[in-house]
Amino acid sequence: MTTPRPAIELPITTRIVMHLRMLSIQSGWNYEVLLGTGIAFCVEPALRLLPGGRGGAAYREALARESQYFNAHPYLAALAVGALARAELDREPCARIERFRTAMCGPLGSVGDRLVWAAWLPFCSLIGLAAFGAGISPAGVVILFLTLYNAGHIALRVWGLETGWRRGLGMATALGNPLLRQAPPHIARAAALVAGFAVPLALNRIIGPGRGLFGAVLIGSAIGALVLIRLHGRAEGWPIALVLLALFAIYSVAT
Amino acid sequence: MAMNLFSIVLLGALLGLDVVSFPQAQISRPLVAATVAGALLGHGMNGLLVGATLELIALETLPVGASRYPEWGSASVIGGALFARFAEHGAGAMTLAVLAALATAWVGGWTMVYLRRLNGLVARRARPAFDRGSLQAIAGVQLFGLVADFIRGALLTLTALLVFGPLVRASIARWGMDARISSAVVVTLAVAVAAGAVWKLFHGTEYARLLFLGGLVGGLSLLGLR
Repeated sequence: MTTPRPAIELPITTRIVMHLRMLSIQSGWNYEVLLGTGIAFCVEPALRLLPGGRGGAAYREALARESQYFNAHPYLAALAVGALARAELDREPCARIERFRTAMCGPLGSVGDRLVWAAWLPFCSLIGLAAFGAGISPAGVVILFLTLYNAGHIALRVWGLETGWRRGLGMATALGNPLLRQAPPHIARAAALVAGFAVPLALNRIIGPGRGLFGAVLIGSAIGALVLIRLHGRAEGWPIALVLLALFAIYSVAT
Repeated sequence: MAMNLFSIVLLGALLGLDVVSFPQAQISRPLVAATVAGALLGHGMNGLLVGATLELIALETLPVGASRYPEWGSASVIGGALFARFAEHGAGAMTLAVLAALATAWVGGWTMVYLRRLNGLVARRARPAFDRGSLQAIAGVQLFGLVADFIRGALLTLTALLVFGPLVRASIARWGMDARISSAVVVTLAVAVAAGAVWKLFHGTEYARLLFLGGLVGGLSLLGLR
């Protein structure tokens, strides 16, 4: 366990600027350095505290180092941004920082993908669909979805920066946080339950009243889902839906 | 009319930006984007209907890193706007709006790949400046990506509106299928994709199947009680 090193204080204004910059961490995303320039852009306000200040030799060396190849989930990249800012201000050896950057790419990507893209986002999306199916107004559905999703989103970013800053290069232990490790299956179970409620309710609201049609759609969907499950790994459902819908539209216009 | 076009293109650009560049708050999700587009044209409910249908389909696609995935932000704006505009014109409006949105999402996915390549080119050229620790070069690449993505979203939305607007209008006039059957076909496909996605996401999780079935029984019972 790495002990906290409270020697350096990161001014509140610097923290706020780093948080704001992290909202656009992916804007320069590219196949050359992936998130590299984004990381450098977000760490930069902290680097101004290095001896010599903005434009000094230490600042320039650190900024050059931080603009190298890096990859992570955009929200969990906050952990890396905090840790790298701390490491640079602690004047950690260059080789150690580079080793840390290499080692963190995989875990920060996979943990974030599992927690956010594969669990939290579908869960919030299904809650929104359930709310829609329950008859809530358009504004209500939008507000519910955005509030719920972004409560988790913002909390993760804030926690990431603060934890990364507190732990520095010992930040890897934060990835063992029970919330990061155990939340995905719990959220998945909750999402599965909500999905069960949401699908028939949403379906009913879109097609309107009429039990015969509802039953036919439900059976058709179940058959379609079984086909897609059989095709798992070989084909995605949405392009198939696009093609089938196009064929149906051509048929409907031609007849 | 021109004002509406401008508002929708601006919305498509802004929500397209949210997918990757800024701020990834999921305002680009179909449930939000299509509803807002519909509301902008005075038909929030119609926007929500298309948004919910697209959201069911979007459950399947995860915006994971370097992979190519549909761009739902601008696409959902197209879907919501087209259905808001043509909902009262005839039977095929819903089908055609969803179809236009899916096609736009597919093209949008490709535009994002080209944007990343363009960003890469800019980053490669700025490499010597990065190595000198130039903030100007780093911020320049970030700003370039942001502006280029905004323009990408605007052009995509504008092109989709110009292509699909007249196409939807002409198709509705010739549409020979019953309105409810048309909607049912769209929803069947959307729910099939959603159910497949739910299985894909959660089938490996303990008790998830049971919970899904429990929820399904609950949902159907709620409908039966109405």
